[in-house]
Amino acid sequence: MIMQPAFDATRPLSRDDLARLVAADIPPGSYVNLGIGQPTRVAEFLDTSRRVILHTENGMLGVGPQASADDVDPDLLNAGKIPITETPGAAYFDHAESFAMMRGGHLDICVLGAFQVSFAGDLANWHTGAPGAIPAVGGAMDIAIGAKEVFVLMALFSKDGSPKLVPACTYPLTGVACVSRVYTDYGVFVLTDHGVVARETYGIERNDLAERLRVTFHEA
Amino acid sequence: MATVVSDADEAVSGIADGSTVLIGGFGTAGQPVELIDALIRSGVRDLAVVNNNAGNGRVGLAALLANGQVRKIICSFPRQADSYVFDELYRAGKVELELVPQGNLAERMRAAGAGIGAFYCPTGVGTPLSEGKERRTIDGRDYVLEYPIKGDVALIKALRADTLGNLVYRKTARNFGPVMAMAAKITVVQAGEIVPPGGIDPEVVITPGIFVDRLVQVTGVGPLTRAGAAR
Repeated sequence: MIMQPAFDATRPLSRDDLARLVAADIPPGSYVNLGIGQPTRVAEFLDTSRRVILHTENGMLGVGPQASADDVDPDLLNAGKIPITETPGAAYFDHAESFAMMRGGHLDICVLGAFQVSFAGDLANWHTGAPGAIPAVGGAMDIAIGAKEVFVLMALFSKDGSPKLVPACTYPLTGVACVSRVYTDYGVFVLTDHGVVARETYGIERNDLAERLRVTFHEA
Repeated sequence: MATVVSDADEAVSGIADGSTVLIGGFGTAGQPVELIDALIRSGVRDLAVVNNNAGNGRVGLAALLANGQVRKIICSFPRQADSYVFDELYRAGKVELELVPQGNLAERMRAAGAGIGAFYCPTGVGTPLSEGKERRTIDGRDYVLEYPIKGDVALIKALRADTLGNLVYRKTARNFGPVMAMAAKITVVQAGEIVPPGGIDPEVVITPGIFVDRLVQVTGVGPLTRAGAAR
């Protein structure tokens, strides 16, 4: 039984609380990839007693905290090219082996950011398709179909107020039906074969949220 | 069999215009900067370059691009905070881009090195990057057919080599080195140290010397190291 941290359900979650919530949902002993950017915050809230091992796709298991200025090693970077440290028991490997770990179904969970996620679990997080935008995909497509479970961590609404959990993605897809859970400031959503389950909501009533998302929540 | 050459210019000699060049490194970690500098001095042109990225700042791969020697870049992540050299060339239509998911980039080179004709891969199914590719359902899962990426030459960086070409790398600077070493007709390695046979424990060899053709010792700290890691 995993103890859930208590959050105030009357307010949207802060970024740190969201990262803390995802961290609490990662089972002990899991192998986890935290992508780049905001999801890497999850690492700050993983208790070492849980023995979660972090993978970075550029070729390492056992990723430690971000390096302080004095420890920066130019040969020790994460996928976001941020200098990191190694933990005891860390392992290095080449790119082919690193992506075999994901594609081959060995990685338990990845946590990614997203532009949009569809109710069916389609993920769009690599390209806006805007004219003049230079596309860059990195490992996003490999990771999306590679981990046993794909968690998305994102703000539920974009800056213009439009939902990012949508009936169908309008941005180019990263992966089809690959996302299993969506962690947002306004609620946690489990995407099932039957539909979207709102596991919990923050700062908004369930019915109001369903209306804003134009979704009928499925009961768990 | 691997030969040890005296400097980086000799190491990259004889590369023909129009070659496909596999260049190791993930961002700056493992980027064989001195070999790239020698490639710039050689003046070889019309290259297709395979790398994870499309250059940082104005050094290394970015300098090769800026010098107009690259016709096409095959990579997974061209756009970075400091990829302005590539960005400008791409927007001006002066360099062609083939965007490949990072794991496919590695596996396609591994396939080339392992003699695999093509392989079915689940990455990118249903996305714009698999459009036009042959698709197949195997055991209930959808895959797309991916072809090998073969290099005429590979330029990679190792921590240590022995004179037979056995290599060890350092931390995440290993990245594409082992697959690129396998995938090219001629593999050129810059190593921080070259030791006699027996100087590397056979149990810890990462790239066996059979995949290596030319070795050059490049000691010291390259211009990219500290500054590159800070980004």
